[in-house]
Amino acid sequence: MKIEVDRAKCVGLGLCEAASPEYFEVQDDGKLLVLRETVGGSPDVLEVEEAVLSCPTTALRLVP
Amino acid sequence: MSISESAREVRRLVVVGASLAGVQAVRAARRAGFAGEIILIGDEERLPYDRPPLSKGFLNDDRDVPYFHDAALYADELDATLLLGEGASALIPSEQAVLVGGERVHYDALVLATGATPRVLPEYASVPGVHTLRSVDDALAIREAIEAGREITILGAGFIGAEIASAARKRRGQVTIIEASMFPLERALGQQMGQSISKMHRRNGVDLRCGVTITEVNADANGLRGAILSDGTTLSTDLLLVSIGASPATSWLKDSGIAMNPDGGIVCDEFLETSIPGVFAAGDIAHWPNGAMGAPMRLEHWTSANEQGNVAGRNAVSATERSAYSTVPYFWSDWYGNRIQFAGRAGREQPEVVFGAVEDDRFVALYRSGDRLIGALAVNEPSKIMKDRRRIAIGASWIEALEHYRGLREGLRAAVVTK
Repeated sequence: MKIEVDRAKCVGLGLCEAASPEYFEVQDDGKLLVLRETVGGSPDVLEVEEAVLSCPTTALRLVP
Repeated sequence: MSISESAREVRRLVVVGASLAGVQAVRAARRAGFAGEIILIGDEERLPYDRPPLSKGFLNDDRDVPYFHDAALYADELDATLLLGEGASALIPSEQAVLVGGERVHYDALVLATGATPRVLPEYASVPGVHTLRSVDDALAIREAIEAGREITILGAGFIGAEIASAARKRRGQVTIIEASMFPLERALGQQMGQSISKMHRRNGVDLRCGVTITEVNADANGLRGAILSDGTTLSTDLLLVSIGASPATSWLKDSGIAMNPDGGIVCDEFLETSIPGVFAAGDIAHWPNGAMGAPMRLEHWTSANEQGNVAGRNAVSATERSAYSTVPYFWSDWYGNRIQFAGRAGREQPEVVFGAVEDDRFVALYRSGDRLIGALAVNEPSKIMKDRRRIAIGASWIEALEHYRGLREGLRAAVVTK
C-alpha cells in the first residue's frame, strides 16, 4: 500500500501526524512530510487508515 | 458487558443528525461490518456537509458547498437511507422509536448527533440583516454582505466571530467586533493568551471593542440600520453577526427521560452510550468522561465530533467489542492568514511562552496544572502542536516539556552561530 497526498487539499492541520507519527510529520512551513510512502504490515496499515480517515480535508489516500 | 447488551441484536441502526458526527457514525458502522439497515435523519434538505469551511474559505474564494459525499455514495457504498428535510421531534425509548414528521422510525440501536444551535439575541433574531452562522444558507447570506463591502458588526470575539472578521477584511470591509468580556477567549485560552491573540484584530484593521454589549438594534422597513452599545455609542451597520456560542440541540429529547447535563449535553459513559441502553451520542451534544484529561467534558470541535461519530457508530452495532473514547482536545482556527492551534485545556495557571514571540504572531505557549503539562497553544508553529499534544496524552511533566523547548531553542541558536 502507498500513501498519496493531495497537495491542493492538505492544509497541514496535523491530525494524520496524531494518528500515525511514524508516517506523517507537519513541517515548520505547514507542509506535510510523508516519512515513509510505502505501508507494509497490517498494524501499520490500520494505523495509516486511521490517519487517512482523520483528515479534515480528505487530502490523504492509501492506494494498493 | 451486561446480559441485556449481549442479547441485543441490531438489525436497524438509526442516526439522528446528518452532520459530521452522524455521517461518521454511519461510515464506522459499515466499516465494522454491520450488514443491517441504516437510516440517517437530518433536518436540512441538503446532503450532509462539512462546517469548518463555512466560516473560512467559503466566505471568500472556495465557493462550492463542502459536501462530504454525493448521493450515490450513501445509496451504494454505504447502503444508507437518508431522511432529509425534517429533524426528529421526540425520542420514545419504550417503543425504541424516534418521531420524524409525526411518523415513528424504529431502531435497534440509535446514535444521537444533533449538534449545537447558535445562541441568538431573542428580541432581534428575526430582524433582516441579523445573522448567526451554522448552516450553508447562513454562510451564503454573510458572504453576500461581505462581497458588497458593507459595514459588518460581529457580536462575540470567539473563534467563529474572528474567522468571519478575517474573511470580511479580505474584501476590505469595515468590521467592528463587540465583546462583552474584557478578556476575549478567556475560557478557551486563558486571560493572557486570549488577550494577546485578540490583538491580531486591531493589527488587521478590525475595530475590537471589549467590555461592551449591544443594548438596542435599530431597524426599519429597509432592514438593519445600526446598533446602540452599552457605552452609549451608536454604530451604523448593514449586517450584525451574532456569534456568542452555541447550545446543544437537545430540546427535542427533554421528554425522553434521557440523562442530561445542566448545559443540555447528553450524559454518556466512556463508550458514548447514554443512560438509555442502545442509545449513543456523539459530537457537540456528548458529555462524557474523558479519560485522557481525567475529567468529564463536552467539546464542540471538529476533531472530537469526527472521532466520536466513529466510536459511537462502531459501538452501537457491536455489542461485544466496544471501545472507550478518550482524547486530548484539539482545535484550529485561521485568522488573517495566521494558523492558531490548541491542544489540551487552558486550566487556571499562567501559561508560559516557550518558543518564538507573541508580538511576531509566531510562538508556542504551554499550560500547566501543578507539575503537569495540560495544554499547548501554537500560533504559526504547525510543526510543534501534535508533538505537544502527544506529550499531554502521555502525561508529560511540566519540566520535561520546558526542557524539550529549551533544547529546540538552543539547537536554533547553534544553527545560527554555525551559519
